[in-house]
Amino acid sequence: MKTICLYFQVHQPWRLKTYRFFNMGKDHNYLDDLTNRAIMQKVARQCYLPMNALLLKLIKENKGKFRCSFSLTGTVVEQFKAYAPEVLNSFKALADTGCVEFLAETYSHSLASLASKDDFVEQVKLHTAMIKKEFGQKPTAFRNTELIYSDDIGAMVADMGFKVMLAEGAKHVLGWKSPDFVYTNAIDQKLRLLLRNYKLSDDIAFRFSNQSWNEYPLTADKYASWLEGETGEVINLFMDYETFGEHQKASTGILDFMKALPKAILKSGDMEFATVSETAEKHQPIAVLHCPHVMSWADEERDITAWLGNELQNEAFTKLYALKDKIKALKNKDFDYVWNFMQTSDHFYYMATKWLSDGDVHSYFNPYGSSYEAFINYMNVLSDFEIEVDKALAAKKSRKKVKTA
Amino acid sequence: MRVLMFGWEFPPHIAGGLGTACYGMTRGLARNGVDVTFVMPHASGDEDQRFVHVVNASDIEAVYGKVDGGMDDIMDKISFIHIDSNMVPYISPEEYREYHDEFVKSGKKVWETKDIWSQRYTFSGKYGANLMEEVARYAIVAAQVARELEGQFDVIHAHDWLTYFAGIAAKRVSGKPLVVHMHATEYDRSGENINTQTYAIERAGMQAADKVIAVSNLTRRTIIEKYGIPADKVVTVHNAVRFAEGDDSAPEERGVKDKIVTFLGRITYQKGPDYFVEAAAKVLKRVPNVRFVMAGSGDMMNHVIRRVARLGIADRFHFTGFLRGEDVHKMFRLSDVYIMPSVSEPFGISPLEAMRSNVPVIISKQSGVAEVLDYAIKVDYWDVDAMADAIYGLITYPALSHMFAKKGLEEVTGLKWNNAAAKIKAIYQEVIDKNQNN
Repeated sequence: MKTICLYFQVHQPWRLKTYRFFNMGKDHNYLDDLTNRAIMQKVARQCYLPMNALLLKLIKENKGKFRCSFSLTGTVVEQFKAYAPEVLNSFKALADTGCVEFLAETYSHSLASLASKDDFVEQVKLHTAMIKKEFGQKPTAFRNTELIYSDDIGAMVADMGFKVMLAEGAKHVLGWKSPDFVYTNAIDQKLRLLLRNYKLSDDIAFRFSNQSWNEYPLTADKYASWLEGETGEVINLFMDYETFGEHQKASTGILDFMKALPKAILKSGDMEFATVSETAEKHQPIAVLHCPHVMSWADEERDITAWLGNELQNEAFTKLYALKDKIKALKNKDFDYVWNFMQTSDHFYYMATKWLSDGDVHSYFNPYGSSYEAFINYMNVLSDFEIEVDKALAAKKSRKKVKTA
Repeated sequence: MRVLMFGWEFPPHIAGGLGTACYGMTRGLARNGVDVTFVMPHASGDEDQRFVHVVNASDIEAVYGKVDGGMDDIMDKISFIHIDSNMVPYISPEEYREYHDEFVKSGKKVWETKDIWSQRYTFSGKYGANLMEEVARYAIVAAQVARELEGQFDVIHAHDWLTYFAGIAAKRVSGKPLVVHMHATEYDRSGENINTQTYAIERAGMQAADKVIAVSNLTRRTIIEKYGIPADKVVTVHNAVRFAEGDDSAPEERGVKDKIVTFLGRITYQKGPDYFVEAAAKVLKRVPNVRFVMAGSGDMMNHVIRRVARLGIADRFHFTGFLRGEDVHKMFRLSDVYIMPSVSEPFGISPLEAMRSNVPVIISKQSGVAEVLDYAIKVDYWDVDAMADAIYGLITYPALSHMFAKKGLEEVTGLKWNNAAAKIKAIYQEVIDKNQNN
């Protein structure tokens, strides 16, 4: 029996407003509320609400045979609460069916796994608590921001008690091996790995509406026959949830495709759906995956240069995490809130200067005119935040002195 | 005495350095009893098919809004003529071409030039396809103007190379002497990789002229050495500065407590932004409570941002992008030190504006303005250590910065256009006398 593992990533960053040098020291509202709300409500209307309704219907129709997994970042859940509470409720309804698994990840969709173990663990704890609170599940499977993975990151994840982790089925790591089996981490072999089949995932996520693609139009039956033809034991289809209705608009027929897909897959009887944890349980690991260097699911290179590939990004990243100890010492919710949204990887993505093969994807997601503008704006906000942090720390210290005196 | 002047539009309509200088100079001349017929390019758009408009001073008021300080006192001394053209000062042939191509392609008509002043730039199909063609066309219309004004002027004065052909044409038609004014040379704009066409026009203008005015001794030397103009024909008249009536020195409410060191200008090779960054890194190693601001934009901006990131000082080094209008003054008022590390600067009026806002300034020895200022710290643009030292001194020792701020304000208040205009008037007199004796 071949297992189809469908997993959707749900994320929206808190976008920063244009924050100029003149604002520094005077204005501490960093977010572009209007844009954040407009985008959230648009995506809710085009994707989250119709897709959640569709999945709920599919789960009910197939009586438990259709199953899938999600990860929702902390920032997107914050935005649901602020701008589209009905979306959060529809996710809760999905959770209640028992056919949907929610994965753990970093709270802010951050790059903390590349900063330090402490930062990473803290971000994951925060996220796990949020999932528990909102959906009543304690996650046992983990997916890192943008599928960033290496042997060491896997070991940290295993240390935190997770049993499964997702990673990219990157060619430069797999070589001749197939992504369609369960693997284990090289350092801690208790951690099972599910690897994304990027060819079949991207057929839906990127190529579905491409009319110059020789397989256009893609039907559910045709796609099911491709899955049938794969030789492995599991097929991991991981993609952005926004693919459905947002990146690929409803007019492309993507929702109809999704509606027809479960039936087409279940028809033959030798394929089944399972959530991430179920998939990893059902199949024995076939080999150890060696991945000494960090990889991700982004861009042609499948590495982390989209976020930490130039001096701008490195500088912003270093300056951000240099604040960590101060934030910890402050123990103040308002500051934690800013600290969290400043960590979101999207801010670093906007600063990328690699515009060749993946320029289209980069500019699609980028609200800034150039990477330099993105950098300047981010650093202005960060500088003001640092000033405020220092002020608050000084105030706290002087209060302490008064108390002890 | 009556002068036919080929100049550039006045602020606030156009706030470039050239327009500002023309305005101050014209006022100064009027005060000195010189009648000025001021001819300037003015893009009117497609609707209006006339090439020349005679505009009187009261209309200028209306067109441009309130010119700061008002012109009531000198209105009867100045008359204006618009020649329909889309030339703006400082535009390079390459930029002009870019705008023109884009205009042909998309029909986009209004541009903002890429320098700090972000001038509006209007395009219309009736203008020349490239800048050189436009310069030539402008000269033909200028000759027409000179012929119609026959007997109404004694001397011709042309500003910047774009109007030199117009000046030469007017001289040929009228037989009156020509004075050309070099506000910048092609070497200042482009370093050693000069545009030879521009160079040729500058040289032709100076050769045809009876006298050449340079804005600094630095520029005068360039003219003599690189253009081969006889030394006795080139005279230096330093620019002056005219300030709005409003009080610029009122302190701005500050957001940050740190000292602020400001660079304001186009971020191009000529302005030396690189040296400022290196000096900033050195200062930051010693004193933490200082922030550096680079205001403006330009072709080196991205390079500078990368350098700042690589030096790891991006949390203390800020970029504002280009500033306009009130923001420029706000930036000056927020500053504790102003720095102009120009590699080559014919004059450089911005330090004077900073001094006017009570800000001590550091300027490079390679700037024309260094010749007229005593109360400014002068360093070689390449001497990053000296620059860092000067910044450190000004932000660390209040006595030093107070002295420079106070004396600097006095000094800058003394640089009056009336005096510069008197020198220019004397030059007019000289060429007129010489012309009549021939």
